[in-house]
Amino acid sequence: MYDFDRPRTARPDAAGTGVVAGSARLAPCDRHPRAPREGDVRIPAGCAIAAIMDRSGARHDGSDILRSIALMHDRSNGLGGGFAAYGIYPEYEELYAFHIMYESDEARRETEAYLDTYFMSEKQERIPTEPVASIKNPPDIWRYFAAPHPMRLAASGLDEAEYTMAHVFHINGKIDGAFVASSGKNMGAFKGVGYPEDIGAFYRICDYDAWAWTAHGRFPTNTPGWWGGAHPFTLLNWSVVHNGEISSYDANRRYVEQFGYDCELQTDTEVITYLFDLLSRRHGLSPELAAHIMTAPAWDEIDAMDAADAAFETALRTTYASALVNGPFSVILGSSEGLLAINDRLKLRALMAAEKGSMVYMASEQAAIELVCPDAENMRAIGGGEPFVVQLDSVVAAKAAADADAENDPHNAPLAHEVGVLPRRKEA
Amino acid sequence: MRDFRNPRYKVLRDREECIECDLCVRQCANEVHYRDKKTGALRADSMKCVNCQRCTLLCPTRALAITRWPQVDAGSAVWTEGAMDDITAQAQTGGVLLASMGNPKSYHIYWEHLLLNASQVTNPSIDPLREPMETRVVLGSRPSKLRVNERTRTVVSPLPPQLSCDVPVMFSAMSFGSVSLNTQKALALAARELGTYFNCGEGGLHRDLEPYADRAIVQVASGRFGVDPHYLNAGAAIEIKIGQGAKPGIGGHLPGEKINEEVSRTRMIPEGTDAISPAPHHDIYSIEDLRQLIFSLKEATGYAKPVAVKVAAVHNVAAIASGMARAGADIIVLDGFRGGTGAAPKRIRDNVGIPIELALAAVDERLRQEGIRSTVSLVASGTLRNAADVVRAVALGADAVSIGSAALIAMGCHQCGDCASGRCNWGIATQRADLVSRLAPEAAAERVVNLVSGWNREIQEMMGGMGINAIDSLRGNRLMLRGVGLNEKELEILGVKYAGE
Repeated sequence: MYDFDRPRTARPDAAGTGVVAGSARLAPCDRHPRAPREGDVRIPAGCAIAAIMDRSGARHDGSDILRSIALMHDRSNGLGGGFAAYGIYPEYEELYAFHIMYESDEARRETEAYLDTYFMSEKQERIPTEPVASIKNPPDIWRYFAAPHPMRLAASGLDEAEYTMAHVFHINGKIDGAFVASSGKNMGAFKGVGYPEDIGAFYRICDYDAWAWTAHGRFPTNTPGWWGGAHPFTLLNWSVVHNGEISSYDANRRYVEQFGYDCELQTDTEVITYLFDLLSRRHGLSPELAAHIMTAPAWDEIDAMDAADAAFETALRTTYASALVNGPFSVILGSSEGLLAINDRLKLRALMAAEKGSMVYMASEQAAIELVCPDAENMRAIGGGEPFVVQLDSVVAAKAAADADAENDPHNAPLAHEVGVLPRRKEA
Repeated sequence: MRDFRNPRYKVLRDREECIECDLCVRQCANEVHYRDKKTGALRADSMKCVNCQRCTLLCPTRALAITRWPQVDAGSAVWTEGAMDDITAQAQTGGVLLASMGNPKSYHIYWEHLLLNASQVTNPSIDPLREPMETRVVLGSRPSKLRVNERTRTVVSPLPPQLSCDVPVMFSAMSFGSVSLNTQKALALAARELGTYFNCGEGGLHRDLEPYADRAIVQVASGRFGVDPHYLNAGAAIEIKIGQGAKPGIGGHLPGEKINEEVSRTRMIPEGTDAISPAPHHDIYSIEDLRQLIFSLKEATGYAKPVAVKVAAVHNVAAIASGMARAGADIIVLDGFRGGTGAAPKRIRDNVGIPIELALAAVDERLRQEGIRSTVSLVASGTLRNAADVVRAVALGADAVSIGSAALIAMGCHQCGDCASGRCNWGIATQRADLVSRLAPEAAAERVVNLVSGWNREIQEMMGGMGINAIDSLRGNRLMLRGVGLNEKELEILGVKYAGE
C-alpha cells in the first residue's frame, strides 16, 4: 500500500470504553452503547437490485429506475437504498466527481483541506436534495469536480487512478465523519438510509440524465443506520449493487488486502468491487474475464474441456483461486463501458434481464422490468456463473476496431506524467 | 544393572476365555507372551509390553487386555512416575533418551479451541449430495497476476509446474528404513486411488515404487540418501527437508542393523553402515544457500517439478517461511511440534518447536502482509486427526495438509511409541521380514483410502454447511472459525474472533 497514512483495518478499542475508535463520525446520539455500524461488524443483508441502460448512449432521467426498484419494496427494509448513474456530468467528464457525505462541519473542513492539497477542484457544491418525510438526519452531502494536483501526482509515482484511489481510502479510513460515496468520472452514487424510492426522491434523481442507472434496496439484518454503509458501493468508475451474502468473504478480503485494498466496511459489495478493480483495472483483464474468474467453472467441467481450453482455465483458477466468490449472490457492476451482471455458480439468487431496442433492463424480479417496459423482449434469467455483459455501442465499436492483440498488459508503459521528466529515457 | 523401573503396562489374561492357542505368543515380537519352560503355562512379561494392542485385537476369544501398571506413585505432582522413569533410565544407561511418534505431552491442542461456522437464514447451506462440492487443490508457485490473451484464450507465460490433489490431504514423508516397504506401497496405492501424493521420505525411492512415481514426492534431506538425477526426475515433485516437527534442529540416525540389502540399495549406502542425516544440510548454512539448492534441483529437473521446502514449526517460522518463498520454494511445508517420527531424542520431541496451528496462522498472515501468499502454496502437518482439523487448517490458511500418524493408525498403528525398536508388530515401523509380511499393502491401502474418502465427505459436508462449494473459498477464510477458551493473544495470532463476536 502506498503510504498515505494507511487506514487501519481494525479499530481497536484503545480506551477500553466499549466505544470503538472512529465512532466520532457518527452524529452524537443518546443511545448507549450504540449498535455497531458498518465496518465495526460484518452485517449480512438481503436486497433488491435493478439496472437500466441505453446502449446507444442516449441519456434518460431516473424516473424508470425509481419505479422499478420501488416495486420491489418488500425486498428492502428501509435501512438502505441507493442509485448509481453514468453520464450525468458530461460538462465535467474529464474530472473526478467526488460525492462526499459529512457528519460534521469539522469533517468537511478537514476533508476539503485534504482535497485542496492533493487535488485541484474546479467546482464544489452541496448536492441538491429535497426534504422527504421518511428520511431522517441526512448527512451534509457535497460534490467536487477535481483533477489530481499535477505536481503531487507526478511525485507520487502512481497513475491517476491509483493516486485517486489511495486518497479516497485515506478520507474514508482516516477522516472521522467523512465518507466518499463515489469517486468516478462523469458518474455518481446517490445513496442513504431509507427505502430506495425515498432516497431517489431525496436526491431528486429524476432531474439527472444518465445512459446507465443501477439501483439497490437493502435488507440488512441489523440496524447500523449509517449512510456510508448504503449501496451502491463505488470506487473510481466502478459501482456495484449486490444481492446476497458471500461465504467466501474472508478469503476474498484477505486476498485483496495483499494488494493494498482496505476492506473498511466489511461488506460483500466492497470486496467484490475491489476484486473487479484488482483483476480488471490493475491486472488488465476484461471485466467479463474478471467475472469469469470470480465464478470459475468447476474442475469437472475443466477436465472435460479440450487441452488448450483446460490449460487456460486451469491457469486462471490456479492463479486466482482466492478470487473465487462463493455463496449466493447476484451482482450488477457498472463501469464507464456499461453494465455486467453475474450470478453465483449455483445460481442461488434471482436476476432477470430483458431488452427493448437499445434499452437493457435487469432486476431481481421480472415484474420490476415489466413495470417500466411492458413489451420487453428476450426476458430471461441470467445463468449461474455466466457473465452477462452490456456495453455501450461506442465501446463495442472501439473494441472491434482495435486491432491490437488482446494481451492484458497491466501498467508496463511509463506513466504519462513521467514521460516529461528529465532526464528523458533513452530509446532502447 | 538392575532396572529400577516398574512396567508401564500390565497384561491381563482372562483364563476362562483363553483357549491357549498361542497366537499371542507368535504375534508378539516383544516376547511378552511366552510358555513357561518348566510348567508350560502361558504367561506374560509385562515389562516388555509396549501396549501396541496387537495381541488384544487378534486374540480370537478376546481374552487379553492391557491396563496401566497399578503401582501408585508417591503422590507428588512433580515427581511423577514418568519423570522418575526417565531419570532412572538415564541413570542406568547414561544415554540420550529415545522416543518415537509425536509429542505426547498435554500441550494445548488449538484445533479443539476453534469452532466452525454454518449458514442460517441469510445464506443457504449447500447440500453436497445435490450440488458439486469441490475439494481439489492445486499446489505450486504462481504469478500474482497472469498474462493472458483473451482473444485466443491462451496464457502468455505458462504456469510453473503444479501438483493437483483431488483431496486436500497428502501423506507425510516416511522413509523406507523408518517404515517398511509395505507401508510405503500401501501409501502409494492409496495416493493413486485418492488422486493425491505420498512422500517417500529421505530414504530413496525403492524400485518397487517406481510404478507409482507419478504420485510420489521425492525428498532431499541432509543425508542425500538415494538422490541422483533419476530419482529427482522420477517423482511428481521434490521436497527439501530442512526439518521435522518431531525433532527440529537435529538430524537422524538409522542404525546399521536396519540397513539390510534392500534399504542399502535404495539409500545407496553400504549394507550394515549407519545412515546418518546431519543436523543441517552442509550446503545450506543460510537462506541464500537454500536458494542455490532449490535452483540446483530445478536445473536438474528442467524446471518441470515443483520444489517444496519442509521446515519444523519453530519460534521464528513466519520470517523463515517468507525467506523460503523468496528463495524460490514453490510449496512451503510446515510441520508442527506434535508431528510424528520413527525415532527422536525424547527431550527434543517433547520440548522443541511450536504448535502447527499457531505456526500456520502466523506464516499465512506474514505472507499476506508481504503480499506473496498467493504466489506460493502452504501445506500444514503435525497432528491432523480428523476432517474438522483439516477444515480448520485450511480456514487458517493452508492449501492442503499432510497426514502421517493418522494414515499409519488407519493401517493398524496404535501409537505405542516404540517405532525405534524395529519390532513393530503391525509391520509398519520395522524391516523384519516376518513382521513386514503382516501388513498387506492392498488391504492397508484400502483402509487408508476409506479414511481419507470419509474425511473428504465430511469436509464437503462442513463446507456445504458454511455455504461454500469450493475449497478455494475456505482457504484463509478465518471468519469461518471462532475461538473458545483462548486468551486475546492466542486469538490475535490465530486471527480469529471469539465465539459470540
